[in-house]
Amino acid sequence: MKTIQLNLIINNQQYELQVDPNLRLLDLLREELDLLGTKEGCGVGECGACTVIMNGQTVNSCLVLAGQAQDAVIFTIEGIQGEGEELHPIQAAFIEKGAVQCGFCTPGMILSAKALLDHNPQPTVEEIKEGISGNLCRCTGYQQIIEAIQLAAEKMK
Amino acid sequence: MYRYIRQTIPKIDLKAKVTGKARYGGDIKLHGMVYGKTVYSKYPHAKILNIDTSKADNFPGVVAVLTMKDVMGNNELFGGFHVLTGDKVRFIGDGIALVLAKDLKTAEKAQKLVEVEYEVLPSVFNIDEALAEDAPIIHDFAPGNIIPDSTHHLIKGDLEKGLAEADFIFERTYQTQFIEHAYIEPEAVVAIADAYEEMVTVYGSIQNPFSVRGAVADALGWSLNQVRIIPSVIGGTFGGKDEIASTLSARAAVAAVKLGRPVKIILSREESILESPKRHPYRFYYKVGVKKDGTITAMKSTVIAQGGGYNNKAQFTNWRAAIHTSGAYRIPNIYTEVFGVFTNTIHGGAMRGFSSPQTIFGQESLMDELAEELGFNPVEFRQINALRPGDTTPTSQPLGPGKIPAPLPEMIKKVAEQTEFVKRKEEFSRINEGPIKHGIGMALAMRGAGLGGEGLDATGANVMIQRDGSVVVRTGLTENGQGLKTAHSQIVAEALGISLERIIYPNVDTMTVPDGGPTVASRGTMIGGRALLKACEEIKQNLFKVAGEMLDCSSVELEIRDEKIFSINNPEQSLDYLKVVDQAVSIGVMLASLQWFSPGVANLDHHTNQGEAFPTYVWGVVVAEVEVDTETGKVEVTKVVSAHDVGTAVNPEAIKGQVYGGIVMAQGMGVLEEVEEEDGILKSKNLDEYLIPTSMDMPEMEVIIVETDDAFGPYGAKSIGEPATEIPAAAIANAITHATGQRIRYLPYNLERVLLGHKLTKKGVRP
Repeated sequence: MKTIQLNLIINNQQYELQVDPNLRLLDLLREELDLLGTKEGCGVGECGACTVIMNGQTVNSCLVLAGQAQDAVIFTIEGIQGEGEELHPIQAAFIEKGAVQCGFCTPGMILSAKALLDHNPQPTVEEIKEGISGNLCRCTGYQQIIEAIQLAAEKMK
Repeated sequence: MYRYIRQTIPKIDLKAKVTGKARYGGDIKLHGMVYGKTVYSKYPHAKILNIDTSKADNFPGVVAVLTMKDVMGNNELFGGFHVLTGDKVRFIGDGIALVLAKDLKTAEKAQKLVEVEYEVLPSVFNIDEALAEDAPIIHDFAPGNIIPDSTHHLIKGDLEKGLAEADFIFERTYQTQFIEHAYIEPEAVVAIADAYEEMVTVYGSIQNPFSVRGAVADALGWSLNQVRIIPSVIGGTFGGKDEIASTLSARAAVAAVKLGRPVKIILSREESILESPKRHPYRFYYKVGVKKDGTITAMKSTVIAQGGGYNNKAQFTNWRAAIHTSGAYRIPNIYTEVFGVFTNTIHGGAMRGFSSPQTIFGQESLMDELAEELGFNPVEFRQINALRPGDTTPTSQPLGPGKIPAPLPEMIKKVAEQTEFVKRKEEFSRINEGPIKHGIGMALAMRGAGLGGEGLDATGANVMIQRDGSVVVRTGLTENGQGLKTAHSQIVAEALGISLERIIYPNVDTMTVPDGGPTVASRGTMIGGRALLKACEEIKQNLFKVAGEMLDCSSVELEIRDEKIFSINNPEQSLDYLKVVDQAVSIGVMLASLQWFSPGVANLDHHTNQGEAFPTYVWGVVVAEVEVDTETGKVEVTKVVSAHDVGTAVNPEAIKGQVYGGIVMAQGMGVLEEVEEEDGILKSKNLDEYLIPTSMDMPEMEVIIVETDDAFGPYGAKSIGEPATEIPAAAIANAITHATGQRIRYLPYNLERVLLGHKLTKKGVRP
């Protein structure tokens, strides 16, 4: 099978890979690089469990082909903790507010929250709802997730 | 004064979940692992004439293709499901062959190469067709398509006498829909056969490890002690990852034993929606007698559940429905009959609530209709009829102080006041002139806590203090995200008087604890907690015996708090917990206990269902507000206030999390969700066609936690998981009806129904 050379930065680490150009970014992360925090929930871009941050924007990694990620800068859930593994303030706030139940949507949800706060450090509740509207959660009813993002915004001031 | 109970403590298992390190079934990768893909039926009802696997067998990368013939044990599992179906398919999710390949892509390609020859049979797709006189029969063992053992009654008082006493008789029919659990994690299992141990181990999305163990043992023809089930972190289940987990685990285990290699089956979302169970549709025929003063004198209900192609739950959901269909009302004369039917459709199973969201929709729609007919507002009418201290439940269990608490009248009052229900209802009615209309609605319920008379309720707990003072807790109950490990750890820390941080609570391993039943019926905290308390009590006795010798006092006067063991008579006389542990270890005293708790066999007449149906009950009152655009049919659920009696609130913030999630799940049932099929073929295939609420849809939510003095549960704690989601859909339906003035007797209240009063399909109008 024809492969392409793919250069990209994932979680601050430079990768030079030979991959099938039709490989989904999701499979590249999960199957090739063992970054298993990125989840697959639907495969059609509806649930947001596979959300990663690519060039500063959230994308559904199930809808992005590896070839489209050429020279991209990508963050997955494994890449947002600080030095010495301390939790990102959003992660800490999700724990404090009980914004997690089963946890399957959580990595994608946290990355959507991070992309939101990166662009809009003090969002309103409506802006938070919009920011996570591409991430389905069946457990929490979203309330404590919103509270956690508000708390994180407060702490990151 | 509690140290850990009634405290908001962050859930103890969240760190791995927020860092992406929690490992779910789909994340497991093992050396030599092969991937299984199931070949599903093309028809909802057909004889299988031939299965040709030769093309798939020869496809490069395929390791094996299994059919029914390869199942070494019993191919038929509990509920009639098959490991792999061989003779006849009964719905389109029937699995016919399992393709095993070196990777998922190859398995998916080869899946399409298995050729199946069918003889199509006539089908039945709904309750009416299933019950028609000349209906084709789906299972030979079920004449008339009635699901065996699914018929239950509740008989109290004298129905005819009660109807005769009434001033008015009303008859109404309500119907609900198939609902998908839509947990965000599609099912995944991994089976590993161990030739040395002569065992098979299955990991994955498994809610009820002991029932899955039974299915795997059956399929292999092995004994239970050769099967080990270890659930992975579970990405949501809500009752769903049960029979599907059994079927998938059985398939994977058969393949793993056959091939001597680890086997992984991971479902796509489409496969998950296709094969997994749903919330049963229920139909309710009510006949009810009411006096002019609003008192209900009698209620007759005939309730029919749509089971689908297979069934392993309707006999249980219907029992619960029989107990609860007449609601939380003081009706002296009740006659309820419930049964279920097979259809050539996707099947109903367990889903959070276990028939109660359906019965509550029926009964609470009915209550609003009765109130309207008699000229009462919904609050007044409910207050007239609500169960209260001194009454008995529909199963004749006494309510009141020292018995089962009955806080419903005060809860109705409190919620009505807090939401200004009557005032807002009048206000909305006044301003509802333009196309945007506002509505407010109420619904309430009582819920039998635990399994009750549905089956024997019993579970075990194993608590072990290690020589360094750290503690291992094991039970047979699963953490599904609901917070079971946290609530249980709070109970253990409170009971032992030690720090919560000392506790480690691994996922279930069926090899290490006795079969403690399924994690269902909102029984985890209540029943599991009682077993934990017993274990902690025994350990404490041993600790105190050692400490008593060390302090030279009687062990009965000792207490432990904040890791200090002290004499109640002389608190100065104390010892550090760790010192006592150390001493116990050095003199050979065991600091571990395996204990068992069961409320016992319910004292219940199974013909009338009169007696101790449940050890206790929980109560809930919900008010919803909506905004309806009558030009488009669009409904906004603007606000939901949800009040729940939890007994003792073990962890208030975790309770709120359950209630918020329950409300939004119920909102989906109320206005959005329906798994649609046409002629037995699934139309809602993925989450782009089956819509669940997003953050943009959620209402403003308020949770009212009500605590009652209930002696049954650990520290008085009861249930919240299912109560949280059983009521709001009914309250939302009542609010929409208030807004539009048009009663719809079918769920969901989606665009078409709200706009047109009925549903549109390609084939024409449906109710």
